[in-house]
Amino acid sequence: MAEGLTWNVYDANTMTQADIYGEVLCKLGETNERIVGLSADLAKSTKIGAFAAKFPERFFNAGIAEQNMFGMAAGLALSGLTPFVSTMAAFTTMRAAEQVRTDICYQNLDVKIIATHGGISFGQAGTTHHCTEDIAIMRSMANMTVIVPADGIECANAVVACLERPGPVYIRIGRGFEQACYSSDDYGFTIGKAVEINPGSDITLVCCGITVLQAKEAARLLHESDGLSVRVINMHTIKPLDTEIILKAIAETRRIITFEDHNVYGGLGSAVSEVIAESGRACAFTRVGIPDCYSIVGYPEDLYNFYGLDTDGIVRKVREVMKRDFEEEENWEDGF
Amino acid sequence: MPLTEKETKDLSQHARQLRKDILDVTFWAGGAHVGGSLSMVEILVLLYYKYLNIDPKNPSMADRDRFVLSKGHAGAGLAPLLARRGYFDFELIKSFNKFKSPFGMHLDRNKVTGLDASTGSLGHGLPMAVGLALGARRQARAWRTWCLLGDGECNEGSVWEAAMAAAHYRVTNLVTMVDRNRFMVDGGTEEVMALEPFADKWRSFGFAVKEVDGHSFAELSAAFDAAIAESSAPTVIIAHTVKGKGVDFMENDVRWHYGGLDSDMLEKAKRRIDA
Repeated sequence: MAEGLTWNVYDANTMTQADIYGEVLCKLGETNERIVGLSADLAKSTKIGAFAAKFPERFFNAGIAEQNMFGMAAGLALSGLTPFVSTMAAFTTMRAAEQVRTDICYQNLDVKIIATHGGISFGQAGTTHHCTEDIAIMRSMANMTVIVPADGIECANAVVACLERPGPVYIRIGRGFEQACYSSDDYGFTIGKAVEINPGSDITLVCCGITVLQAKEAARLLHESDGLSVRVINMHTIKPLDTEIILKAIAETRRIITFEDHNVYGGLGSAVSEVIAESGRACAFTRVGIPDCYSIVGYPEDLYNFYGLDTDGIVRKVREVMKRDFEEEENWEDGF
Repeated sequence: MPLTEKETKDLSQHARQLRKDILDVTFWAGGAHVGGSLSMVEILVLLYYKYLNIDPKNPSMADRDRFVLSKGHAGAGLAPLLARRGYFDFELIKSFNKFKSPFGMHLDRNKVTGLDASTGSLGHGLPMAVGLALGARRQARAWRTWCLLGDGECNEGSVWEAAMAAAHYRVTNLVTMVDRNRFMVDGGTEEVMALEPFADKWRSFGFAVKEVDGHSFAELSAAFDAAIAESSAPTVIIAHTVKGKGVDFMENDVRWHYGGLDSDMLEKAKRRIDA
């Protein structure tokens, strides 16, 4: 972590993910002249406005015109600069999907996208402002790196790390009212390397974003009440995926559940299931997310509860999967 | 400064050569966007032989001018020009459209030396050009960005988003040009989706508008000079052109938006260029 860029639980509890992003970008901007910022009339809500206030001559508001904004970002990158672009996830990955793909990913440009209001984090706004498709869309674009930080501290780590990684990066954060999962930033964040945040041998929960903290809490409760040993993995990078940690979980826990604030199709659950399927190893597996529907309206915490993404839902799902059978090792013909 | 007689003569020679090259590429490639490649020949020749500050021996020169072919389907018109200007061996172009060729219908900057942006999907070039121009200004660089749009392409909303941004940010180090050949795939621009009053649209978006004969080096050159001198608003040059220009049986015939040539037609078409 660069000088002056340390974040602790106090920051994470008093600042939102987006606030921390804005602050980190300001700090990075002090030493890296190449950084410029763009937003589409959402500088305030995405908190890139902090950068805009500090470096007005390095910030471009595109107005409510996302396609042009991502095209301009590509042009700025072609001119030798490193644009950080922020608007809501829905308008990034769907309204401007082709510009992100053709102008930025195809040309493999150094554009860093920090998309806010991912998943159902803007619950009360309804489906137009929810985005439960972005991970699927972004991970299907070649050259793109896809990161879903667990909290503000991890968001800070991801923003710093993405600058060191050439090419396009998509960082998906929430609306900004998520609780802190980490108490300090020195847990060893590396893009593409998942973090085991709770050891366990009975079952593995693979999570990203807001579900990481919920799973961590569920693991504690399940240990106390059911005596279960629940492994929790923070899969902050969806692409490139840490396949090793999944293969290890298949072998060591034989039960895996994924939890994500995203459609069950195409996101973390799909990515993990691809690894399981290609491994040729059987295990009890299920995905929890938005069950291929347009999410309902409500405050985020009510919605997370409704879709089984909070601690209660995770506890219930773990108990359910613990009852499921999986093919015994001795029946495997390939000598796992 | 007006073009000298010798300059005009040399440019005309380059234009004839490029038209024949476009026909050759169309033949080698098994088909190309020949009509819209032929209509932009004078614009490209004047840029690449006189106006662009470029060094084909040093294609990534930091202060080179940038050119964005927003009408990216006309790659068959740009690739041979880049070769003739010395960016790469002309022989390479014979692979156009073939398996693993660096040259496809829409050119890729990561594969074609001298190309500043990958284009093909319409409505993407001008936003990138605005970004390039803002990037030059931000880094206090003197280089200029030139962007050539197709007229049919101006149906795309993103063109007007970019136009709004160019005017808002007074991007005067960008020169926007439109190849106004009046045809798109399904027919005339005014039949498919009317653009007129076209110049007024650009004016109302805050552009300084120049309308010229897009096949006249003298008129194009005067407009380029005026665009470079303009310091209060971005300039658009609406270049009135003839689709398929130079080959009489292709001119103003929408069927030649995209077409192929057999060897007899190729020779016949080339003879028309010299006629």
